[in-house]
Amino acid sequence: MFGRLTWDAIPFNQPIPLITSLVVILALGGVALWITKIKAWPYLWHEYITSTDHKRLGIMYIALALLMLVRGFADAIMMRAQQSLAIGASQGYLPPEHYNQIFSAHGTIMIFFVAMPFVIGFMNFVVPLQLGVRDVAFPTMNNVSFWLTASGALLVNLSLFLGEFARTGWLAFPPLSEKAFSPGVGVDYYLVALQISGVGTVLTAVNFVTTILKTRAPGMSYLRMPVFCWTSLASCLIMLAAFPVLTVALAELMLDRYLGFHFFTNDGGGNSMLYMNLIWVWGHPEVYILVLPAFGIYSEVAATFSGKPLFGYRSMVFATMVICIVSYCVWLHHFFTMGAGGDINAVFGIASMVIGIPTGVKIYNWLFTMYGGRVRFNVPMYYLIGFMLTFVGGGLTGVLLAIPPVDFIVHNSLFLVAHFHHVIIGGVVFALMAGYTYWFPKAFGFTLDERLGKIVFWCWFIGFHLAFMPLYVLGFWGATRRMQHISDPSWAPWLNVAFVGAAIIGLGIVLTVVQLLYSIKTRDQRRDITGDPWDGRTLEWLTLSPPPHYNFAVLPDVHGEEAYWTRKQTAIKQDQLIDEPDYQPIEMPLSTPVGVICAFFATVCGFAIIWYIWWLAILGLIGAFAVFVWYAWRDEHEHIIPVEEVRANARERRRIRMEHLHELSQST
Amino acid sequence: MTTASEAPAVGLTHQGSEDTGLGHRGPASKSIVVPYGFWLFILSDMVLFSALFASYATLVHATDGGPATNQLFDRELVAVETLALLSSSFVCGLAMIAAKRKNMQLTQVWLLLTGLTGLVFLGIELFEFGKMIGEGAGPQRSAFLSSFFTLVGCHGAHVTAGLLWLGTMMAQIWAKGFRQDIIRRLLCFSVFWHALDIIWVAIFTIVYLIGTLP
Repeated sequence: MFGRLTWDAIPFNQPIPLITSLVVILALGGVALWITKIKAWPYLWHEYITSTDHKRLGIMYIALALLMLVRGFADAIMMRAQQSLAIGASQGYLPPEHYNQIFSAHGTIMIFFVAMPFVIGFMNFVVPLQLGVRDVAFPTMNNVSFWLTASGALLVNLSLFLGEFARTGWLAFPPLSEKAFSPGVGVDYYLVALQISGVGTVLTAVNFVTTILKTRAPGMSYLRMPVFCWTSLASCLIMLAAFPVLTVALAELMLDRYLGFHFFTNDGGGNSMLYMNLIWVWGHPEVYILVLPAFGIYSEVAATFSGKPLFGYRSMVFATMVICIVSYCVWLHHFFTMGAGGDINAVFGIASMVIGIPTGVKIYNWLFTMYGGRVRFNVPMYYLIGFMLTFVGGGLTGVLLAIPPVDFIVHNSLFLVAHFHHVIIGGVVFALMAGYTYWFPKAFGFTLDERLGKIVFWCWFIGFHLAFMPLYVLGFWGATRRMQHISDPSWAPWLNVAFVGAAIIGLGIVLTVVQLLYSIKTRDQRRDITGDPWDGRTLEWLTLSPPPHYNFAVLPDVHGEEAYWTRKQTAIKQDQLIDEPDYQPIEMPLSTPVGVICAFFATVCGFAIIWYIWWLAILGLIGAFAVFVWYAWRDEHEHIIPVEEVRANARERRRIRMEHLHELSQST
Repeated sequence: MTTASEAPAVGLTHQGSEDTGLGHRGPASKSIVVPYGFWLFILSDMVLFSALFASYATLVHATDGGPATNQLFDRELVAVETLALLSSSFVCGLAMIAAKRKNMQLTQVWLLLTGLTGLVFLGIELFEFGKMIGEGAGPQRSAFLSSFFTLVGCHGAHVTAGLLWLGTMMAQIWAKGFRQDIIRRLLCFSVFWHALDIIWVAIFTIVYLIGTLP
C-alpha cells in the first residue's frame, strides 16, 4: 500500500535531522497560525499564490531563494564545523553517512534552489519593466514555473524528515548513484526533485526568450535593451538548450535505478562516463546561466551609481553572446582525467581559457564606466567593487584549472572547491545581494537600511576570503574534497580559519534578516516617493514604486539607448513632463490557481515515485492532466482595468513627478 | 499579450521615432507570440532527443554479448510504421486547412484520421517492443537495448501525449467552435505533430536503416 514508506523512514535514532525537522515543522506551523490570526490567507492567495503578475512571482522566487539560502548555509556551517573538529583522533560529530548527505544537499540546494530561483526572480521582476511592457509573454505559465520550482524544493527538504538525502555529491555520479551502491531513497529524492524543478526552468526559459524577443515597448530595438535584458536573454537561451540534457541524464539514471536498465551500470555494457558527459553538457552552461544575469546586474549598478552610460555597451552585448555560445564548448574540462587524450583535452582547455577574454572585456567595461563618473558609494556599488576585486582572482584560478596537466594535480581537491566558490560567491552571490538592495525599493516602495547593508557586505567579503583562501592552500597540499575526517593535524589551523570565515558569512546572513526587519520597521524614514530612488537610467524607474499591476499606464515610447535617462533629462531641461497621453482601459491576465494545483499533483506524484507507491503516482498524473483540461476549458482570460482607474493613478504619478522635477530643475 | 492590444499591434504605425530595425513596433500580437513560444519549446525538445541520440550512438555497440541491431530490426515492419506516422502528419495538415475554413465536420474527420493513423503507428511500435522483449531482447539485456528502448520509447511517449492532446482538442473544437485561442492551440498541436515526424525520420535513418545494413 505505501511502498517503501514505513515508520523507519522517520530518523528517530538520529537526533540532528529529527530535531531540525521538528523545529522546521513547528516554525512553519507557527507562521501558518500567525497568517491565520492576522487573516492574511485570502490576501496571500489572491495577490501572491495565484498571481500571474511577474513582479509578485519575482518576489516569491526571491523569498524562496532566501529561505533555501538559510538551509544551504546550515549545511555549509555543519561541514566546516565537522572538518574543524574531526582531526586526528577525533571523529567529529557527524557520522560519514550523514556528512555525505550534507555536502550533497548543500550543493544541490545552493545551485538549484538558491542561485537559480534568485536569478530567475530578478528576471521576473525586472525584465518586463525594463522592456517597458506589462507582463511576460505567458503569465500563467510563469506561475506554473514558480510552483514547480517550489515543489522541487519541498521534496528536497522533505528528505530531512522522511528517509534520507543522496550521499553521492551534488551531481550524483554513477556508478555510486546506481541502485547497487545507493539502494536507499536518497538518490531518488534528488532525481525526482530535480526533474520537477527542471520542467519549471525550461518553461521559464521559453517564457523569457519569447518575452525578450517578441514583446518590447515601441522603439525598444535590440541594441536599446538594457544589458540586464541581454544577459537574461543569453541565460535563458542556455537554459533552453542545456536543461533538456539534464533531464535526459537524470531520466536515464532513473531508468537504471527503477527498471534495471544499463546506461551507467558497471555490468551489461553500461558506460558511466556517458553520464559525466551529459551532466556536464548541462553543468558547465549552468554556470553561465547564473553568472550572465549577475553580470547584467553589475552593469546596471555600474552605470547608475557612476552617473554615466555603461562604457562599451555594444562590446558588452557582444561579449555576453560570445560567452553564451562558447559555454557549450568547454564541458570536458570537468573531467580531463577521463583520459580522452592530449588533443581533446587541449581543445577543451583552450576553449575554457577563451571564455576569459569576453569576461575580461566586461571587467574593463565596468572599470571604464566608473572612470570619470561621479561614483556614489551605495551598497550595490560596494558589491560591484568587491566583485571585481574577488572575481578576477577566481577567474585566474579557473584559467589555471583549464590547463590539463595542472588539473590532473588538483582534480577533485579543495583547490577546486575554493575555485568554484570563488567565482560563484564573488560573481553570483555578490550580484544577487547588489540586485536585492538595488531593486528592493522598486518592489516595496522603500529602500533598505544602508548602514546594515554595508555591514552585511563586509561580512560576505571578509568571510568569503577567510573561508576559501585556506582551501586553496590545502588543495595544493593534496587535500581532497568531501572528507569527513582529516588525518593530518597540520591542516587544523587552515581549517579553523575557514570555519571562522564561514561563521562570519553566517553573521552576514543573520544581519540580512535583521536589515530586512529593521528596514520594514523604519520604512517611513526611507520611502521612495518618486519611484526613482537611485537616479536610474532604465525604464523600471519610470513607474511608481511599487509599480501598479499593469506597470505602465501607456507603454513608453523609447528613444535612444538609455530609455528613461533620455526622457528624464529632457523633462528636467524643459521643466515639464511629456504631454498627458490618451489613457485606455487595460486588459490584464486573471490570477489562477492552476499553477499551485498542478504543483500539488506534481509533488504527490514525485513523492509516490520516490517511495514506490505506484497507485498514488498514477493518481497524481491523472490529477495533473485533469487540471490542464479544466484550465484549457476556461472562457475568461483577462480582466479589464477601467480607464478611470488608470487615469487617476497616472495623474497622481505625474503630480509627484512634477514636484520632484521642479526640485531638480531648481537645483541645476 | 491581450486581445485589446492585439488590434492596434497589427497596424501599429510607430510615429515620432526613427525606424530602428527588428522588433521595434511594440509587443507582437498573441497570434505571433504563442506559436513563437511553442517553437522554442519544440527546439528544447529537439535538444532532449539529441541527447538521447548521443546516448544511443555511444552505446550502440555495447551489446554485452546479446543481440545486435541487424539481428533485431524488421525493415518492412518499420516501413509500414513510418508510412502510418507520415500519413498521420499529412492528414493533420488537411485538418488544419479545414479548420482554417471553419468546416467543423471535415476538421473532426481529419483529426480523427490523424489520431487513428497515430494509433496504428503506436500499435506497431508496441508490437515490435513486445516481440523483442519476448525474445529476451528487453531493455535490461544490454546497454545498447537500454538506449534503443529509451530513444524510441521516448518518441512513442511523445506520440501518446500527442494523442491525448488531440482527443482534448477535438472535444474543445466541438464544444467551443473555432475560437481564436482554440485555433492557436490547434496550430501548436500540428507543429508538435510534424516535429515528431522529423524526429522519427532521424530515428528511422540512424536506428533502423543503418542498423540493418548488411
